[in-house]
Amino acid sequence: MNIHEYQAKQLFKAYGIAVPQGMFANTSQAAVQVANDLGGEGWVVKAQVHAGGRGKVGGVKVAKSLDQVAEISEELLGKRLVTIQTDHLGLPINSLLIESLYPIKRELYLSILVDRATERVIFIASVAGGMDIEAVAHDSPEQIITVPVHPAAGLQASQCRKVAYNLGLKGAQVKELTKIMQGMYDLFLDKDATQIEINPLIETEGGDLLALDAKINFDDNAVALHSDILAMKDPTQEDDKENYAQKYGLNYITLEGNIGCMVNGAGLAMATMDLVKLKGGLPANFLDVGGGTNIEKVCEAFKLILSDSSVKAVLVNIFGGIVQCDVIASGILAAIEQIHVKVPVVVRLEGTNVEQGRALLTDTGLNIYPAEDLAHAAEQVVALAEAV
Amino acid sequence: MSILINKDTKVICQGFTGKQGTFHSEQTLAYGTQLVGGVTPERGGELHLGLPVFNTVDDAVKTTGATASVIYVPPFYAADAILEAVEAGIKIIVCITEGIPILQMLRVKAAMVGTDAILIGPNCPGVITPGECKIGIMPGKIHLPGLIGIVSRSGTLTYESVHQTTQQGLGQSTCVGIGGDPIHGMNFVDVLSRFQADEQTKGIVMVGEIGGSEEEDAADYIKAHVTKPVVAYIAGQTAPSGKRMGHAGAIVTGGKGTAKGKIAALKSAGIEVCVSPTDIGAAIKACF
Repeated sequence: MNIHEYQAKQLFKAYGIAVPQGMFANTSQAAVQVANDLGGEGWVVKAQVHAGGRGKVGGVKVAKSLDQVAEISEELLGKRLVTIQTDHLGLPINSLLIESLYPIKRELYLSILVDRATERVIFIASVAGGMDIEAVAHDSPEQIITVPVHPAAGLQASQCRKVAYNLGLKGAQVKELTKIMQGMYDLFLDKDATQIEINPLIETEGGDLLALDAKINFDDNAVALHSDILAMKDPTQEDDKENYAQKYGLNYITLEGNIGCMVNGAGLAMATMDLVKLKGGLPANFLDVGGGTNIEKVCEAFKLILSDSSVKAVLVNIFGGIVQCDVIASGILAAIEQIHVKVPVVVRLEGTNVEQGRALLTDTGLNIYPAEDLAHAAEQVVALAEAV
Repeated sequence: MSILINKDTKVICQGFTGKQGTFHSEQTLAYGTQLVGGVTPERGGELHLGLPVFNTVDDAVKTTGATASVIYVPPFYAADAILEAVEAGIKIIVCITEGIPILQMLRVKAAMVGTDAILIGPNCPGVITPGECKIGIMPGKIHLPGLIGIVSRSGTLTYESVHQTTQQGLGQSTCVGIGGDPIHGMNFVDVLSRFQADEQTKGIVMVGEIGGSEEEDAADYIKAHVTKPVVAYIAGQTAPSGKRMGHAGAIVTGGKGTAKGKIAALKSAGIEVCVSPTDIGAAIKACF
């Protein structure tokens, strides 16, 4: 789960991580009020969307007067922001973060995440802040510092000092960075985060360290344990269909093709998409209906797939292990009749009672094509989608 | 032989009296597995499916002599269940549960260092030695005792591989679903080394997917240590970056963990990689 920058900064404050003076606003009047309250002669107006790359597409702007704050806020609010991390429709800007402007001496990078390979929580730091850290890691790996934390020992002060000295910090700054890292570590563990990223962490002209940006991702498997985090969820920043799917225990991801896919199991769902592509088609979605497939789930899955108007044909691929194929076939028939599916549906069933299952789907008078095997099913659905 | 489990393996079930535990224990018994009891706190002393229920894994182990356990407890209790099994001296711990918080799994893995317990999963279908012992949620019927060792991160793709090797008449020695989570127990290399050492296993099917770097590690290992034929398949070639594809572990981030990279690593190690998931059975058949 993702949250907004202003929410992440509220959490930072609670954990003793220094952030710029600022406040959230969802109207231009409120934005001007915030800027007026902050005082000073310059402010940054930042669009609040769940995606990075905002600066490059006009989502972060500097205002030198209150009039400019109003002007920029008017322009951003209500608009959709398309960045390198969004799809072509972008995400709606419903709120802004107005912050004081700070004179920047240096931009650094600091993040904490779970490293799969070492099975440790690790810190990643770099003097190359404000840039794409993956590109830095690729082009100049010597500029990347990593510090793994042992779960039994926890974060040590010596580890923070190591990072601080490698970032060229000294004196009081070393203590400041230690406080920031300890705050990040505690926040990470307390709230089951999977990543906290500060990019950039700035050194001001006065030598202070401030989290100029803040990004936090939380573990979807743990968020139910944290009602405060769950309350920060913003459905406007998420795909409607993906939200709907979640409600019914379906794993759904929107893609840009025209062949709807319904599969049981995440691995088989990915493999089915790959196969559709291999046969010359383009999948419209990833959809895992899960292990225990029932009629309700199949109905909801069809509704989801068909709510995408670009879908011209559907491929159902179910490996019936514990659930028997004839039960699944009845479910598919019920779903197709209940929600009046009009596009052709190719069904590949395999597993227990497969013959009875296929028999049920043959000569139904509906637009159903039972397939002998998966390879043929994929070829058939691609041909049907093209024929429409 | 086979790997990990066989007809003599005594198994208990944690979360025995729950809906999942009950359903899959019935299937497991029907398959002929030596399921010898189960654990549900506060239900100790009862009989369930004709087998004794214990309050703790420790009690179950002491009374039944079980060396393997299968876990069906809900996600927020599963880490505790794994560690309870480790502490009781269980050697093979199979955790089916999906949705365990990643930080809990990090602590479990760290706590298991220095013990001789083997963890399979979580978020996996389990492990089966066909005709002898089934521990997990896989459909027993599609299996055939035979020659091929199967290891996979995905449940239903394991079933696909089993189905195809059964159709080819090859059968399986042991099938291990290592699970779709980013932090898990046995990895590809752990299973591959056992298949290499196992006399019954004559060929290996390895099914990977996007995310992480275990397939790349497996490629290096196979090149250096595996002399048996290996056929691989990698799911997720069309997956978009930054999206979690159902499994918590199946995600491409920052250009890492792509199917393309994994396929290239496997190919450069001389391993045959199937382009289509429907070619797995024929490809391994062609090795004999």
